[in-house]
Amino acid sequence: MTALVFVEHDNTEVKDATLAAVTAAGAFGDIHLLVAGSDCGAAAEAAAKIAGVSKVLVADDAAYAHPLAEELAAITLSVADSYDAVIAPATTTGKNFMPRVAAALDVAQISDITEVVSTDTFKRPIYAGNAIATVQSSDAKKVITVRSTGFDKAASEGGSATVEAIGAAAQVGVSSYVGAELSKSDRPELTSAKIIISGGRGMGSGENFAIIEKVADKLGAAVGASRAAVDAGFVPNDYQVGQTGKIVAPELYIAVGISGAIQHLAGMKDSKVIVAINKDEDAPIFQVADYGLVADLFDAVPALEAAL
Amino acid sequence: MKIMVPVKRVVDYNVKVRVKSDNTGVELANVKMSMNPFDEIAIEEAIRLKEAGTASEIIVVSIGPKAAQETIRTGLAMGADRGILVEHDADAEPLAIAKVLKAIVAEETPDIVLLGKQAIDGDNNQTGQMLAQILGWPQGTFASEVVVADGSVNVTREIDGGLETVKLNLPAVITTDLRLNEPRYASLPNIMKAKRKPIDMKTPGDYGVDMANRLTVLSVEEPSGREAGIIVESVEDLVSKLKEKGVI
Repeated sequence: MTALVFVEHDNTEVKDATLAAVTAAGAFGDIHLLVAGSDCGAAAEAAAKIAGVSKVLVADDAAYAHPLAEELAAITLSVADSYDAVIAPATTTGKNFMPRVAAALDVAQISDITEVVSTDTFKRPIYAGNAIATVQSSDAKKVITVRSTGFDKAASEGGSATVEAIGAAAQVGVSSYVGAELSKSDRPELTSAKIIISGGRGMGSGENFAIIEKVADKLGAAVGASRAAVDAGFVPNDYQVGQTGKIVAPELYIAVGISGAIQHLAGMKDSKVIVAINKDEDAPIFQVADYGLVADLFDAVPALEAAL
Repeated sequence: MKIMVPVKRVVDYNVKVRVKSDNTGVELANVKMSMNPFDEIAIEEAIRLKEAGTASEIIVVSIGPKAAQETIRTGLAMGADRGILVEHDADAEPLAIAKVLKAIVAEETPDIVLLGKQAIDGDNNQTGQMLAQILGWPQGTFASEVVVADGSVNVTREIDGGLETVKLNLPAVITTDLRLNEPRYASLPNIMKAKRKPIDMKTPGDYGVDMANRLTVLSVEEPSGREAGIIVESVEDLVSKLKEKGVI
C-alpha cells in the first residue's frame, strides 16, 4: 500500500507537523509526499531528505503561492487516485482543505488521529480529549489528518526520495488571497517548542505578559495563552492552547494564572511535566499539574526569572 | 440575501463527559444539552448581517433527534426567522450531514451558509468544508471577521501563524471561530415570539440521502489520566524540582 502525505511548508522549509504525519503514514508501507507551492524547490529538496519517503511530487505553480483550500484540494485530488491513503498534518492548513478532498472522494475523513491501530483502524480524541474513540473505516481510500503530538517526528535527514514534477490542477478560481497578519517572534513555534509558558486571565493585561516573556527568553520557551487571555485581547489568537486552538505536548508546560478549564486542559495535558502557578489553590489546573505553586503570579514569575 | 445556519445539539460545554462503563460511548443520559457554541456564534453573525441590512432572511437547520427542535428554537429566539429540522436519531457523520445540507441549499438557495468550525462533541471540523466542496463553493473557515461586499465576501481567518484574509465569490460557506463575535442572550419577549416561528419537519429520506456511517466506533475509552502532583512551597523549591527532572 502507498500513502500520500501532504507537506506543510513555507516554500523553503518543511514544517515539523509534516514529520509526525510521515511517521503516522508509515503503517501504510510506501510513502510519497506532495509539495504544492510557488518557487518551492527548496522545500521539495528538504522533503526528499525525510527518512522513509520514496517519492516527492512537486506542483510548483503561482496558484499555490498561498494555501487556498479550493486549490490545495484540487491538486491533491489530481493525484489521489493512485493512493490507498491521503494524509495531512492537522494544522489549520490541513484542517482547512482535507475535508474537501474526502468529500470529493465520497469518503469519511478521520480527523486528528493520535494512533494507527491498523491501516483501517485509528484512535482519535473526542469531547475535548475526555474520551478516546477507536474507529474503523469501511472506505476503500482513507483520508486522515494527524495530531502531531500523537506521533514521533520522522528524521528530517537521511532519506533520498526521487523528486517528480507534476502539473498544476485546473484552477478552481472562486477564492483569492487578500493578505495576512502573521505574528513575528524569535521564540520557537508553540507546536514544536520543548518548553512553553502560558498565561491566562490572571495576567490582567497584555502588558503584563512581559514578565512571562522574560522567563520564556531565559528558557528558550514559546509563549502561549488560554482562551480567556486571547478573548480579552491580551495576546493574538495564534497563542491559544486548547481544544480548538493549538494542541501541544512539550517537555515542560508552565501555566501561569490559568484556572484550567476542560477546553484548555485538552490542549496541553499530554505535556511531559506540567507546572501551575495560581493564587487560587482550588483551581482545577492543580489537578493535572506535577508541580503546583500557590502564589501571586506577579511575585512568583519575576522570582522564577531571577532564579533561572 | 438569505443566510442558512446549520446548528448541532451537543453536550453543554461545561459538562465533563464520562465514558460509559461498557466502552460503547459517552454517558448522555441526564446530561445538559445545548447548542454547539461555534454555531451560536454563527447565528449571532447572521443576525448582525441582518441588522446591518445585508441579510434579509435567516434559516436555522438542524439534523438530529426531535429534541434538536429546542436547539433550533434557541436560534429563533436569538433572531433567526424560521427553522428546518431533519429528524435523524443516530449519530451522523459530517459527510452525510453535508449531503443533506447540500439538498437543502438546492431548495432554499442561500447566498451564505454560516456554521461552526467544529462541534465540540465529535471535534471533527469537517462539515463546512465538505459542504463547500460538494456544492463547488469557496470556503472561509475559522472566521474572525466577515465583510460582505457586492458578489463577494472577505473572510479573515484564524490560522496557526496569525490571521489571513481571503476573498470568496458568493455563494460561499463560512465557518466561525471564537473571536468572530460574542453571541447575545435571547430576551424573554423574543423567546415567546420564537414559539410562533415555523419549523419544517423533514427526514433524510425527503432529500434522498443515505445516512449510513462509514466509520464504526469499536470502542470509546477514558484517556490515560494524570495524577495531581505535589504543591511546592517556593519558587526556589520549584526550580530545584525542575532541575532534578532535567526539564530545565
